[in-house]
Amino acid sequence: MLSSADWAAISLTLKLASLTTLLLLLIGTPIAWWLAYTRSKLKPAIGAVVSLPLVLPPTVLGFYMLLLMGPNGWIGQFTQALGLGTLPFTFTGLLVASVLYSMPFVVQPVQNAFEAIGPRPLEVAATLRASPLKTFFAVALPLARPGFITGAILGFAHTVGEFGVVLMIGGNIPGKTRVVSVQIFNHVEEMEYLHAHWLAGGMVVLSFLVLLALYVLNPNPRKG
Amino acid sequence: MIRPFILAAILSGTSLLANADEVQIAVAANFSAPIKLIAADFEKDTGHKAVIATGATGAFYAQIRNGAPFEVFLSADDETPTKLEAEGKTVAGSRFTYAVGKLVLWSAKPGFVDAKGEVLKKGEFAHLSLANPKTAPYGAAAVETLKKLGVFDSLQSKIVQGENISQAQQFIATGNAELGFVALSQVWKDGKLTSGSGWLVPADFYAPIKQDAVILANGKGKAAAEALIKYLKGDKARAVIKSFGYEI
Amino acid sequence: MLQDIRNTPETAASGIQIQLAVAFPAFKLEVDLALPGRGVTALFGHSGSGKTTLLRCLAGLEKAPQARIHINGTCWQDGSHVVPTHQRALGYVFQEASLFPHLSVRKNLAFGQTGAAATESRQILEHTAERLGIAHLLERSPGKLSGGERQRVAIARALLTNPQILLMDEPLAALDLKRKQEILPYLERLHDELEIPMIYVSHSPDEVARLADHLVLLNKGQVVASGPLQETLARIDLPAVFADDAGVVLDTTIGAHDEQDRLSRLDFSGGHIFVGRRDRPLGQKMRCRIHARDVSLTLQRQEDTSILNLVPGLVVDIAETDNPANVLVRLDANGTPLLARITRRSLRLLDLHPGKAVWAQIKAVALLD
Repeated sequence: MLSSADWAAISLTLKLASLTTLLLLLIGTPIAWWLAYTRSKLKPAIGAVVSLPLVLPPTVLGFYMLLLMGPNGWIGQFTQALGLGTLPFTFTGLLVASVLYSMPFVVQPVQNAFEAIGPRPLEVAATLRASPLKTFFAVALPLARPGFITGAILGFAHTVGEFGVVLMIGGNIPGKTRVVSVQIFNHVEEMEYLHAHWLAGGMVVLSFLVLLALYVLNPNPRKG
Repeated sequence: MIRPFILAAILSGTSLLANADEVQIAVAANFSAPIKLIAADFEKDTGHKAVIATGATGAFYAQIRNGAPFEVFLSADDETPTKLEAEGKTVAGSRFTYAVGKLVLWSAKPGFVDAKGEVLKKGEFAHLSLANPKTAPYGAAAVETLKKLGVFDSLQSKIVQGENISQAQQFIATGNAELGFVALSQVWKDGKLTSGSGWLVPADFYAPIKQDAVILANGKGKAAAEALIKYLKGDKARAVIKSFGYEI
Repeated sequence: MLQDIRNTPETAASGIQIQLAVAFPAFKLEVDLALPGRGVTALFGHSGSGKTTLLRCLAGLEKAPQARIHINGTCWQDGSHVVPTHQRALGYVFQEASLFPHLSVRKNLAFGQTGAAATESRQILEHTAERLGIAHLLERSPGKLSGGERQRVAIARALLTNPQILLMDEPLAALDLKRKQEILPYLERLHDELEIPMIYVSHSPDEVARLADHLVLLNKGQVVASGPLQETLARIDLPAVFADDAGVVLDTTIGAHDEQDRLSRLDFSGGHIFVGRRDRPLGQKMRCRIHARDVSLTLQRQEDTSILNLVPGLVVDIAETDNPANVLVRLDANGTPLLARITRRSLRLLDLHPGKAVWAQIKAVALLD
């Protein structure tokens, strides 16, 4: 069955995925809002950057993060200057990587949902004396709810399933960076197929349940 | 890992038309630098072609058992080829020790590692990199060394693991880990360190890392596979192997 | 200096001043209007005339750089000083009701409600819902309402913001005839009861005739005419904006009921007209519309005619129509303008010219009620 190391990996994974999702909702929402409504010429460029993790192999992200977040990279120099040390091999580092890596999975559904609202409800709110802030919280957010549900579930699930980046910058530290996907990899490498089965099977079931929830809560995620 | 083999399989189809044969080699990560030089000489001298895949010995073991198309396996230990032999996945009698690996405590920073490895006892660093001890022989040797020095428990929280010895080195080379245990072959060329600073761990600190090569069942009767094994035993290859700090 | 006169407090303190010039890809909106600070002003024009855009500029939904907008003494925009939409005390009704689908009718109504304590505002909300006949719908979701109900909710919602001005962008255009008939009485009540001005965008002559006090004709982004409804409708110099719908609006009072013939007599300055018996008290105001095509002219009062409504008047003006066989004649019936469309031949045979006395025979009267 599951060893204590497996359980540690599971709880670490859930913690990582939850925090990543939370951070992505906080960071991704303004980005999605901007992308949905801006007329800036930078929109395609920013949209492309946000979507990069969709097409890039995780190893590319892992490689650059290892270089940039290391003691000689500019992010690493910055975090060291702040007294935070360097990010690779830390939970914070994984969190940063996961946020970047899962960004499009949250931003895109939310952006689609914002775009689907159209300008009219926002105009109506303005004619009803709602400040831009009230309009955002009382109109845009509730109307974009399906996009948020989709984004949160996809962001969570994608973080749980992340492997390549974690492998490259995690350092396989129990309780800190050894998440379920890495633990499964270790089990396979160590010929502990039974343990691997328990965890891998669990991932299959979890992923299915997550997607099932997505389709049940949100029969037409595209329509926002 | 699968795709290069498919590609190689397709390519091998074309090279069958020529006289030369092709050999698919699985090579332990620590031996990736020497094998490149050896393979180049081998191809020049014999006309055969060597297709090289490097990785963790444990990973190769799993892949070979599950039908990976390698013909020769250069392991980082002697245990794995012995196991494969017992399971009938090799050509009987082909196994031999092609190199004995040496462990080195290495840092990319010059002067960081002293000549006696005292740096480990001082513990003035954030991360100590080593290969996964469960799957990589050099990782196991590193743990042995730490235990022998009596610093394993105190340093355990600083240990970061690479999936194989190459990744362990990569963590150090990028500066993310200040120091770590790697194979001497990774940082040694022609009698000196290629960069940084290091401490050659005394051979009696860990069980000898005998690295065995073996012809796999896929390579049975293939001239190129046999030629490669023969070539590895030759003087030219041995000279290269030694130049990377291995013993034979 | 026109600018200076407009800036004087007396003129700026009341009424609506709009000056703007905005270039859009399709047309240029160029407007300099002074509108009354009370009553309903209709912005009339064909689609593409810029009427909706003008309304959106007024609300600040469309950017109009360097515009001047003053509403009864409140400055909404003057050059670079621009009050954002949500700080303009306006009520806006869009063509589609645009209710918030995630809120109940009650919450939609309460969304923009301002200026009262909780219990009081609840009463005001319910009273307003009552007035618009939606009190029984308060707990429903907008998705479950008919088009007419939705639009009434939208009107109530706009009113509840306690606006200084009500802006309506073709609120009936998206509705079928039945739904229009359902809402028009409410709009007419608003017209009678509202203290604040209303600007009503429409391309329906019928709605304009029923609701407006003041009329602005827009064509290709330019103001063609602006003035009191009766006067402006009776202007025959305008390009055939109304075309076949040319006609006048009479504001009358019910003067008598004839029970025997089942008729009601409507009095106005030019005389009186009879319509089918209306079940209304004497003295009540009644607006009706007389199309130019329903008015013929005679030189003598005809006694042997079935036409009941004969009104004397003087010819004021004669103008061409878009049909070369016809002309439009404007009469003055003791201060009330009337329009008659007659043939060019009749014009010649009767020898009509300004100052000539004639009788107008009115074949049909549309009661706007």
